[in-house]
Amino acid sequence: MRPESWRRPAPLSRLRLGTMPDVKTKIALELNGELVEIAFAPHKTLLEVLREDAGLTGTKHGCELGECGTCTVLVDGVPVLSCLVLGLACAGRRVKTVEGMAEGGRLHPLQHAFAELGAAQCGYCTPAFLLAAEALLAANARPTRDDIKQALAGNLCRCTGYIKIYEAVELAAARLRGEDATPAPESLYGIR
Amino acid sequence: MASANKAAGLRVVGKALRKVDATAKVTGAARFADDLFLPRMLYAKLLRSPHPHARIVGIDPTRALALAGVKAVLTGKDLPIPFGILPVSQDEHALALDKTRFVGDPVAGVAAVSEEIATAALDLIVVDYERLRPVTDALEAVEHPEPRIHDYGDHGNLHKLINLEFGDVEAGFAAADLVREDLLFFEGNTHLPMEQHAAVADWSADGKLTLWSATQTPHYVHRALAQVLGLAPARIRVIATPNGGAFGGKSDPFSHEIAVAKLAMLTGRPVKITLTREEVFYCHRGRHPTLMWVKTGVKRDGSITGMHFKSLLDGGGYGSYGVASTYYTGALQTVTYPVPRYKFQGARAFTSKPPCGPKRGHGTPQPRFALEVHLDKIAEQLGIDPAELRLKHLVPPNSLTANWLRIGTMGLGACIDKVVAGSGWKEKFRKLPDGRGVGLACSSYITGAGLPIYWNAMPHSGVQLKCDRGGGVTVFCGSTEIGQGSDSILAIIVAEVLGLDPFDIAIVTGDTDLTPVDLGSYSSRVTLMTGNAAIQAAERARDIIARHAAAKLAVPAERVAFADARVFDVARPERGLTFGEAVQLAEAAEGTIGTVGSYTPQPSAGKYRGAGVGPSPAYSYSACVAEVDVDVATGIVRVPKIWISHDVGRCINAATVMGQIEGSVYMGLGEALMEEMAYRSNRNVVHKIPSLLEYKSPTTLEMCDVVTYVVEDPDPNGPFGAKECGQGPLLPVPPAVANAVYDAVGVRVDEVPITPEKVFKALRRKAKGEEPRYGPDRFPDIPWPEPTRVPPPWEGGDGRAVEGGTGRQRAAGVVAAQKR
Repeated sequence: MRPESWRRPAPLSRLRLGTMPDVKTKIALELNGELVEIAFAPHKTLLEVLREDAGLTGTKHGCELGECGTCTVLVDGVPVLSCLVLGLACAGRRVKTVEGMAEGGRLHPLQHAFAELGAAQCGYCTPAFLLAAEALLAANARPTRDDIKQALAGNLCRCTGYIKIYEAVELAAARLRGEDATPAPESLYGIR
Repeated sequence: MASANKAAGLRVVGKALRKVDATAKVTGAARFADDLFLPRMLYAKLLRSPHPHARIVGIDPTRALALAGVKAVLTGKDLPIPFGILPVSQDEHALALDKTRFVGDPVAGVAAVSEEIATAALDLIVVDYERLRPVTDALEAVEHPEPRIHDYGDHGNLHKLINLEFGDVEAGFAAADLVREDLLFFEGNTHLPMEQHAAVADWSADGKLTLWSATQTPHYVHRALAQVLGLAPARIRVIATPNGGAFGGKSDPFSHEIAVAKLAMLTGRPVKITLTREEVFYCHRGRHPTLMWVKTGVKRDGSITGMHFKSLLDGGGYGSYGVASTYYTGALQTVTYPVPRYKFQGARAFTSKPPCGPKRGHGTPQPRFALEVHLDKIAEQLGIDPAELRLKHLVPPNSLTANWLRIGTMGLGACIDKVVAGSGWKEKFRKLPDGRGVGLACSSYITGAGLPIYWNAMPHSGVQLKCDRGGGVTVFCGSTEIGQGSDSILAIIVAEVLGLDPFDIAIVTGDTDLTPVDLGSYSSRVTLMTGNAAIQAAERARDIIARHAAAKLAVPAERVAFADARVFDVARPERGLTFGEAVQLAEAAEGTIGTVGSYTPQPSAGKYRGAGVGPSPAYSYSACVAEVDVDVATGIVRVPKIWISHDVGRCINAATVMGQIEGSVYMGLGEALMEEMAYRSNRNVVHKIPSLLEYKSPTTLEMCDVVTYVVEDPDPNGPFGAKECGQGPLLPVPPAVANAVYDAVGVRVDEVPITPEKVFKALRRKAKGEEPRYGPDRFPDIPWPEPTRVPPPWEGGDGRAVEGGTGRQRAAGVVAAQKR
């Protein structure tokens, strides 16, 4: 029924790999605990590679200029602004995004505490705060309020006023230390 | 708290609960607009005007269209129908038709296979501009009626002029022991949501358009798309994606939403647009820069005998919500302390800058700043403690104000008591060492506007509810989750009425195909209006289910109770059914179980022209004490701590209330100390700081400690008594900080933001023996219209004007504008 020409079009004589406008390059890295290969246009930032080529849209952006911290991910455990890092620079590195925090369907203690205290309002800056906080707690299991402020000073949040974020980091830190911690009543209900 | 709720028989309402979308937000699973990727999707970019005021002589898109990968180019003539959020201000075009009115005004749109190609194509569009004289600010707009930015408006470049009189203020001043005048200025600032605006449009071959957008008002976007694209509303579906912060900045229909829809229609492919951060500054619709003059007469005891308030708003290039914003700068002065005679004159100017509109507090933080600083000065002159002055003169509950606003519950006295005691006010005020000070301010805010944006007699909020045989319930509502927790409010309220767990409730919101209209997430209306609609829908479902459960249990329906996912006999709680079994009984008898609920506020008491702005089903109240450290060498103000109390009526979700109060304090602190939309002071009117680095907002290092007091005084108009908490607590922060700076170093900075430069200049003046003040020095002469005279309730009358406009004429005009 179908004409032969429809089923088998003539090959495009000039179409060869490497001649397309967006020539892709391929790197191998550890992404959220798994070894993966990703192909992407070489000019792309890690932010773009994660969102557009790896399909991990949990990493957000607020400026794409390195000003707001919203695109923070961990590279080899260190918080970086993924909008300022080239994807190519991550070959052979260990990259962690918010999608890699929960394990086996169970939230990371930081995620749990953020949800419990309402530290995520609109939730847009939340992935970045979670990862920056995870890096802090990996280095300092018992951070003071000032330690937390310093560690998160590069991340902007417009909803919370940061207070519930501090409290959530403190709560998660206590639980990660094995303490049976609960939120303070005045933190959830205010002073009546 | 919990015990009071238990006494009221509440099981879910009032607890501190995890939000229903919290898990999606902490795992990165929440899908924001820019997270949508559709097959064959194109990317759009907008070309923006480099001139603040120019005529478009010609546009040539030929070279852009010829670029490989470009699929379509749009210009103004492709979208010639104007639009605007208010029926009285239909002054925007998706792409400039004949003129551009600010640097950043969209002129052309491109759709291409990649964002890079779309961006490159913008450079190939040739636009021939004829530059016109720009208007740099509101004072210049007053002085230069020509050339006009728009060919409509009340006078020259003055968009809107308001003159309202409630009683004879001159008689009030004559009866006063002290009459004081002050001039203050509130600089403009912007919402700065962390999410850049984004939208995705899809056009199907059967003539249907779908738009996903980061919008607070899908219903208004739906209307604007139908109007501009000439499509039947039934063929348009608008889906509000979760907003990554909004604060009022995503509540207008925007150029990029309309352009991307048109590009999808032209290309037959999905099209996405994501604005850059710089473009978000151009969308703006933020706080109006507002110059204010206030004159108040008081008796020796501090009671107000009359108040005259003038405001001049710098509106930017388009109308937006500006007419409402202008009314709001004069509406709520009367709802905290009794003002027996009140006169308000407000003007909004068109200027060659990004349009201003509604930002958290919409038009009321500016006058609240002016009023609370003014009162602080009056208290000092009278020798009365500022907290005492306010406590002695509180608007009584269940009363009418001079401008015919109906006050319900009023918890300001309790709020003041909390922060005064908590902060140690009496031990600190005028007693702290030099350089350290405390300041107090109060405020009030509406819980939803009494009138809709466009005149109609339909409900402001609708809810549909479907009960599933499995015991689940789905709630459909047009409300929009912008991070404030509105989805959770629906779940909690329905769970309370039907005796379920909030996580048994599925929530479908912000989708014009699936959900009944809710007007949108603005004016702190959502909890009250969707909450009341949800209660009605849930109670109707409960009544149906109870009837059949009662028959099965052989008890009267009044004896059937709902709790813990069971339906049971209250007299013998062990006799009962699961909720799912009860739904099955009802469904077997009556068919599919679905109900609806809706909410419409009661009519306003005022009937004069302008009475539509200010009425609300309930007013929230806040009080704030700020403590500051001022470095006299540099003028730098640091705020270590703020005590805030808020009368929320009743908490629906206590955790969300805390988050809204703390977030409001944060945003108020930013406005008090650093946030400003500033422009280069030359003829170019170029935005000085369209970046997150240069637009200063508080980081963790500037944010203060906050002590929060929650006051619950349930209001009969609120769902379970709830009033707003998302905007009101912002309002007292800037004046409290300004008053604290005076307490610390004895200088008045009558202008926010209170930057080091301003403090330093005021300190230098003080050192020279001049007036220790930084602030504006004049209010210009404005060609005010004849006043609309409305007798206050205590002078008789029925809320109508005795001279000037009436409400009826106004309503007829709005309807006519709609029909056109």
